[in-house]
Amino acid sequence: MSRTSAILAAAVVFGLAAPAFADTIRVGVTISTTGPAASLGVPQRNSIALLPKEIAGQQVTYTVLDDGADSTRAVANMRKLIEEEKADIIIGTSTTPASLAMINVAAETKVPMISLSASASIIQPMDATKRWVFKVPQNDNLMADAIAGHMAASGVKTVGFIGFNDAYGDGWAKEFTRAAAEKNITIVANERFARADTSVTGQVLKLVAAKPDAVLIAGSGTPAALPQKTLHERAYAGKYYQTHGVANNDFLRVGGKDVEGTILPAGPILVSAQLPDSNPIKAKALEYVKAYEAANGAGSVATFGAHAYDAAILLTAAVPGALAKGKPGSAEFRAALRDSMEAQKNVVMTHGIANMTAEDHNGFDSRARVMVTIEGGAWKLLP
Amino acid sequence: MDLSIFLILVQDGVVNGAIYALLALSLVLVFAVTRVILVAQGEFVAFGGLTYAALATGQTPGAIWLLGGLGLAAFAGGLWQERRRMRGGALLRHALFTLALPAAIIAATLVLAPRRAGIVVEVLLAVAIVTPMAPYLYRIAFQPLGNASVLTLLITAVALHLALTGLGLVFFGPEGFRAPPFSDAMILAGPLMIPGQAIWILGLTLALMLGLYAFFEKTLTGKALRATAVNRLGARLVGIPTAQAGVLAFGLAGFIGALSGVLIVPLTTVYYDGGFMIGLRGFTAAIIGGLGSYPGAVLAALLVGVAESFSSFWASAFKEVIVFTAIIPVLLWRSLRHGNGEDEE
Repeated sequence: MSRTSAILAAAVVFGLAAPAFADTIRVGVTISTTGPAASLGVPQRNSIALLPKEIAGQQVTYTVLDDGADSTRAVANMRKLIEEEKADIIIGTSTTPASLAMINVAAETKVPMISLSASASIIQPMDATKRWVFKVPQNDNLMADAIAGHMAASGVKTVGFIGFNDAYGDGWAKEFTRAAAEKNITIVANERFARADTSVTGQVLKLVAAKPDAVLIAGSGTPAALPQKTLHERAYAGKYYQTHGVANNDFLRVGGKDVEGTILPAGPILVSAQLPDSNPIKAKALEYVKAYEAANGAGSVATFGAHAYDAAILLTAAVPGALAKGKPGSAEFRAALRDSMEAQKNVVMTHGIANMTAEDHNGFDSRARVMVTIEGGAWKLLP
Repeated sequence: MDLSIFLILVQDGVVNGAIYALLALSLVLVFAVTRVILVAQGEFVAFGGLTYAALATGQTPGAIWLLGGLGLAAFAGGLWQERRRMRGGALLRHALFTLALPAAIIAATLVLAPRRAGIVVEVLLAVAIVTPMAPYLYRIAFQPLGNASVLTLLITAVALHLALTGLGLVFFGPEGFRAPPFSDAMILAGPLMIPGQAIWILGLTLALMLGLYAFFEKTLTGKALRATAVNRLGARLVGIPTAQAGVLAFGLAGFIGALSGVLIVPLTTVYYDGGFMIGLRGFTAAIIGGLGSYPGAVLAALLVGVAESFSSFWASAFKEVIVFTAIIPVLLWRSLRHGNGEDEE
């Protein structure tokens, strides 16, 4: 061994040993950075780089794997993270079907997981399996209630629904049917379209023929712009509603002037700069936006990435309580971490304020959503 | 359903069908000449669309670096495979095609992209960037396989599709893009509003089909391609370089794919992985047409387009099922009519 490489090796050894960390908390992350949910997974992966490297004096390492929104790969990733990387906690994944598949592994291995996907079915109804599972994005019923509430308040009686031909669209159809019934709103057309469709003329003709007061489009990201553009072409004059799945700047870019005036519910982070200073979420959200844009360029922030940041906020809040009961890497620590997350109250995140209970592993209330419209090519907070 | 809805659905179906027809044509062509079922045809559509969308908004498309990379890989691959034979003139031609050509296209793009050179230049540039990728891929992935079985070639084609989807994500990002239409003109004919873009699609499809017909019937190169399709061995015996025929067939497929992408990106949002479903419909049409007949493929493509448009009106949740299930009765009918003769190898 030459002198240089000997010095280098010594430097590496001492470099690693230098910070006096007692133990390492290992966080395993599986998200969909490729495949159909890549527009969710990519900002989430970028957010992982912003997460704290040290919590309560413990070093934290993150291992990120890609599951391509595939349930089988998500489960395989999770097992790999737990068995090979000795993960203390799993963050992921970006989509509902894959998250549902991961629940059983969490319960079997007794490793807590924080899901980054929307459906309430991931944590409800609570049972012995799901007690290991937490979820940081808003439940879809919270958002569906917000839309139905806004519709009722603005005099909408009939609604045409067009949603993705997958779990996202079906979940919304179910939630919105329930929410609309509570407000005496009738759904007069229920259509589906696929993410990669080049034309939705057929569905739109049917929607227009049913003459609804408003149309709700349940799609995520840029594909949700197509039905709205086609409706405009067919001169549909009613109100347009979208879901929080479209809350990124790419939707504005693709939608252009055709999506002006659209109303949607979203996490407060989408309009963080417009929130009143009295709102505790504002500071947290702006902190994330600033950190993300410093690393990835101005205007690059998406609300989806913030869910990963929220997962780390929950973890950071829970670690001190868990450290008292066990050392990172042990089964006691993992169980204590689960208990501690469940006991967290008033945790301020970028998307809302969480009050966990044994029954509710999301903990968000109506403070976790705001109604937003699109005005002059930008998001605008509705009062 | 009244007459106006019926007409609008037919119009929508025909416009989509025209794109499927182009893809079906290139699938039939590539299969006839090289026996490759080009699963990755849809990727050229997506790449063409995304490249044009970037150019139309004054951005420099990431695709040029993909083109450069593929050119380099094709250069190295070709050099290695023919290291004993390639000398002088052949080496120079190889370098010109795989190194100088992409370099020239990259240089032209870097100069023209920020200047907004107009629709015609941008369309040509987008097609020029994506088209050469197809022959490079043939050089890298299929030419070394020589006379492998159809199954081996199919598996390679699937692998190529997966690799290209991954590269698409790297070079174009996960979000969809859309371009402004070629013209904002709108023709009113009774209940129909025919957008200018639809006329462009139909017109260019027709022109391309006539062009292909003239190419295959009137030119020596076209006749050589047909000869290779009919009988590879015979074509080689009379001195037709069949590997060249493969490069040419892939070139045409890349050209048609890129052009289709450019045509649809003003109508819909195109994603890095969105080409596959479009290509699959072209494939359905090619299969219904018998994977050997050009007019059959075109007719079947129009049928697929119209069936899709009507099923999206009546049962949008089952649209995909209806369109792709159409293959089964056709295959049944064909196998009953022709017996189940094994594919002649």
